Amino acid sequence: MNQGDLLLLTIAVWLLPLVGFVLLVFFNKRLPRQGDIIETGILGLGLAASLVILFAKLFSFPDAVISTSFTWVDFGNVPGVGHLPIKLGFMLDNLAAMMMVVVTVVSFLVHLFSIGYMKDDVRYGRYFAFLGLFTFSMLGIVISNNFFLTYVSWELVGLSSYLLIGHWYEKRSASNAGKKAFLVTRVGDIGMFIGILILYVNFHSFLFDDIFGAIAAGKLPYGSGGWLTAAGILVFIGAIGKSAQFPLHVWLPDAMEGPTPVSALIHAATMVAAGVYLVARLFAMFTADALLVIAYIGAVTAFIAATIAVAQNDIKKVLAYSTISQLGYMMLGLGVGAYTAGFFHLMTHAWFKAGLFLGSGSVIHAMQHALRHAGDHETDPQDIRNMGGLKKKMPLTYWTFVMFTLTISGVPLTSGFLSKDEVLAGSLAFGSLSGHWLLPLIGFGVAGLTAFYMFRLVILTFHGDHRVPHRLEHIHESPRVMTLPLVILAVISLFFFYSWNPFGASSGWVYRALPPPQSIVPVSQQPASLVAAGAEEHVAPSVVMAETMHRVHGTTMLLSLLVAGLGILVAFLAYQWRKLNPESVKQKIGPVYTFILNKWYFDELYQATFVAGTLKLANLFKWFDLTVIDGVVNGTASITRLFSWFSGRFDNIVVDGMVNGAGYVTGFFGLVFKKTQTGKVQTYLVFAVLGVVILFFVFR
Amino acid sequence: MSFQILGIGILTWLTFLPVIGMLFLLLLPKKSADAVRWTSLVVTFLQVVLAALVYVYFSRSLGGINTVAGMQFVEKATWIDIKSVAWFGRVHIDYFMGIDGISGPMVLLTALISFVGIIASWNIEKAVKGYFALYLLLDTGMMGVFVALDFFLFYVFWEVMLLPMYFLIGIWGGPRREYAAIKFFLYTLFGSVLILLAMLALYFSSSVYIDPQTGVFLAAEAGRAMGITPIHSFNLIALMDPTNFTPGSLLAGIGTSSRYIAFIALFIGFAIKVPIFPFHTWLPDAHVEAPTAISVILAGVLLKMGTYGLLRVSIPIFPDAFRAYAIPLAILGVINILYGALAAMAQTDFKKLIAYSSISHMGIVVLGIAAMNTQGVSGAVFQMFNHGTITAMLFLIVGVIYDRAHTRGLNEFGGLANQMPKYTGVMSVAFFAALGLPGLSGFVSEAFSFLGAFAVFQTLTIIAALGIVLTAGYMLWTLQRVFLGTLPEKWKALPDINGRELAALVPLAVIVLFLGIYPSPMLNMMNASVNTLVKFVTPVTAAAALGF
Repeated sequence: MNQGDLLLLTIAVWLLPLVGFVLLVFFNKRLPRQGDIIETGILGLGLAASLVILFAKLFSFPDAVISTSFTWVDFGNVPGVGHLPIKLGFMLDNLAAMMMVVVTVVSFLVHLFSIGYMKDDVRYGRYFAFLGLFTFSMLGIVISNNFFLTYVSWELVGLSSYLLIGHWYEKRSASNAGKKAFLVTRVGDIGMFIGILILYVNFHSFLFDDIFGAIAAGKLPYGSGGWLTAAGILVFIGAIGKSAQFPLHVWLPDAMEGPTPVSALIHAATMVAAGVYLVARLFAMFTADALLVIAYIGAVTAFIAATIAVAQNDIKKVLAYSTISQLGYMMLGLGVGAYTAGFFHLMTHAWFKAGLFLGSGSVIHAMQHALRHAGDHETDPQDIRNMGGLKKKMPLTYWTFVMFTLTISGVPLTSGFLSKDEVLAGSLAFGSLSGHWLLPLIGFGVAGLTAFYMFRLVILTFHGDHRVPHRLEHIHESPRVMTLPLVILAVISLFFFYSWNPFGASSGWVYRALPPPQSIVPVSQQPASLVAAGAEEHVAPSVVMAETMHRVHGTTMLLSLLVAGLGILVAFLAYQWRKLNPESVKQKIGPVYTFILNKWYFDELYQATFVAGTLKLANLFKWFDLTVIDGVVNGTASITRLFSWFSGRFDNIVVDGMVNGAGYVTGFFGLVFKKTQTGKVQTYLVFAVLGVVILFFVFR
Repeated sequence: MSFQILGIGILTWLTFLPVIGMLFLLLLPKKSADAVRWTSLVVTFLQVVLAALVYVYFSRSLGGINTVAGMQFVEKATWIDIKSVAWFGRVHIDYFMGIDGISGPMVLLTALISFVGIIASWNIEKAVKGYFALYLLLDTGMMGVFVALDFFLFYVFWEVMLLPMYFLIGIWGGPRREYAAIKFFLYTLFGSVLILLAMLALYFSSSVYIDPQTGVFLAAEAGRAMGITPIHSFNLIALMDPTNFTPGSLLAGIGTSSRYIAFIALFIGFAIKVPIFPFHTWLPDAHVEAPTAISVILAGVLLKMGTYGLLRVSIPIFPDAFRAYAIPLAILGVINILYGALAAMAQTDFKKLIAYSSISHMGIVVLGIAAMNTQGVSGAVFQMFNHGTITAMLFLIVGVIYDRAHTRGLNEFGGLANQMPKYTGVMSVAFFAALGLPGLSGFVSEAFSFLGAFAVFQTLTIIAALGIVLTAGYMLWTLQRVFLGTLPEKWKALPDINGRELAALVPLAVIVLFLGIYPSPMLNMMNASVNTLVKFVTPVTAAAALGF
């Protein structure tokens, strides 16, 4: 297969789910089984093709970047610029090929799982249609070779996310959550949009190649490195929104209103990872300052979310905050320059988090079934305090769930151990080189918290006794179509898929396939500590980083095992063996507990400021429009009418008065002189004689 | 090039076909309401066919704007020519029509929206004949404005459009129709007076040389050389050339305060039509009271006449004044975007909300125009077209629900998605197009407008970009309030959208989707003219300094 064919196949994989979407949207009622098989089949094909693409890419053209562009819009001969087309296109490099596999694997398994989970849903066909739309949009981000198509796909995944979160839109909370997700991510998108504007206005192109080439050639936006940093950070703000990073993370927990497989696909494995993918895609153009911002945002996010996760009781909410936290890890990894580690963690996270969500879906499915059977509409099927003891009834779900939990906690022999260790090694290396020790500190701390809250979840859900013992009789393991995806995801979460060495991934294929890209920003804007460390031997910063990571690898491993072990131990002490009483701990840390239970009050803060402020302003403007502006308009009309009334009166009284007056006067004289017109000749004769007499005296 | 049917130019056909239809319609017996409807439909459909012919034969390489040679389908004949009128001298007014890449899309839009509007007018039962007669007259007025190249002719059409609109709102409108109609009429008339004054000032300042043999305009120097006596003229293209002004006259020269005043007068006249803040309050009232089809026309076509006037008249005739006022203009655009969006958010009447969203979306057009670079103006003209189709859809959608429920209160609905699934499907296209979702046409034009604007006004564009979130906010909130949630008991019997309503909406939806994915068919029509305009108004050196 040559490069062109490979790219063609890639584009086909991208377009197929769209075909499915169109089919299902218009004909889902008329298709057999509302078309679920069509969409799932398409995704199966897509998965197979993605695997072929990945293997062909890695074996035949490991270093090639295959891309193609076409003119989408032509502005013609633009004054001052010359001929100016807008080119768009697609690209396939190792990053894209791997991401495609991530997306299609999870998407296919989620489709499969949904066949069981969404059975008898009111809008079954529509659900699969939107899954198809999502997959299409997501793959668009992956294979785009330009900012424009990326932005377009970026918004379209937002749309599909909105539609799927609001799948059960009869519920007010669901439609609210969808709206919130769309709006909050759109706030981030504005940043991204402005970042793209800066780049386009300066480089007259949306193509990554053109923009990177220009920057590498020393052409900076507005001729300043500050603008390059700004552009990087602005684009990253888009990633903050989509990847639910602090301070725009608030939409993701609410997004759990969507069906659980959707949470697995969109809000855990793929769409929320789009921000991370974008940062990886643009990695070379971030300046040191921008990368530092990314690293700190990642670290802060990881910390905030992990603390919140500790106090949550809704199984999906715990996983949601865990997702936010893990996404923070990925950003941290990329920000400190551990590029491969950041993306590797995206990949392993996709498996284990999709697995965790699907596992939770399996649990919720079983709980709902049991509750329905008991005629209980009060009990929350997602609250882990209502669970317990599910282990015996749902062995497959349990064991795979444990496997995923071990993976996310970073226990050896799992893929999570490999990727998380590398991220932590990166942060430690960066800390030791640059003195930003807070980053590794948070990194390791969060690793401990993660192990704790995940095992708390496992123990409360599956271990011990069920809250209402007789309910357990109606808890059943989910059907095969749902457990099969769990098993597959659990298997590929084992270490040997990525590296034969269970304690280090740096010798594995992932690292060979994804070497950190060479930074294109001016040397003065690359991380100073890394540049300085390699200055004498003229070693590239990325190499310095790799070497330092290698050096701190042993320390990292020991530390991370220690904190993870500690977290797991505490979880067992508190929830399994009951040696520690969580209630008394809650009592002791009172306000802190309330604070994290209430998710650091972000929602309340935003509600009180941005949302309420906007609505206030909106109402103010409405009032202004009706009262002030229309007041002036109507006032003008009233004043004009007043004038016209006056002029009317003036006309009637004065002008017409004069006219009529003239008439009256004339009439009066007429009346007076009428008397003289008697018609009698004698009288006229008297008047004539009198007149002559008077004239005689006058002219005498 | 010229294109004739039965020896008459296609633009004349396009413009006067509705009037011919109107005359025919007036001959029909009063009782045959259906014949009246079908006649109107056929007439507007023929207009669409003619517009399609214009599209097909339109040359993509001609620039237009300030040269007669660049104009297409030109028709020119002496309309009024009186050799000597007291102290006026020779009065010479041409019947001068032609289109370029700026007016071309508007011609297509007018034909399309007029056709759709007839479908939406089908259920008018009150004085059917009168309604459709006025409607067709309105159609002629709108089309005439977009094809006229003589200011006098332009003005005549501008006023012709006013009268039928007044009656259409005032007779067939809602409860406060008389207030709305009078407000619309007087407001627009106030603007017209300013336009008239500026037009007369231009006329008396101009001195144009006409070759006595051929009757064509000559360059000032050539005319002087031939010893021809110059005359005054309303010819828009001649007025764009500063050498065609009598030296020492009121509007001669460059950058004089009288030119600025004339620009402002024209601007206010056009701004009322757009409408630009603070001249916008006639719009919500007119929209709320107007019958559905008239709202569609109003938002779909009439608002564009304002921005079209800026592009066709104000800016190329007064490029000096425009350059001086570019920043205030951009600020007004941004105010429109944000003010309109926020005011829309506070509305509880569905139709009023859409009316305010129009104000917001037209702000993007103003911003793009103010940028006066290729991306900005392309975006602006494209946005004029797209807003025409998208907002037409939105008003049709409001009409559908109003016809059934007889209320437009946003808080009275809920859960219509399950009750009216097809309606909800079409609605989604329009709503998401309005909030600028990529893949739908509104996004492309908004993005281009912002691209252009950002090259010139960075801070303002960033502020304007907040509108993106606000728009998404009120659109999604509306969607949630009307379509999601649970259905109130009283709407359990609402029937889904019917075939006729779909026939009006679906063509628009297809265009919105198609141009969202592949905008080139429309952009290619505009490019040459947009570039000509930009080059003409902003000298290349200045454009380069601005970043483009």
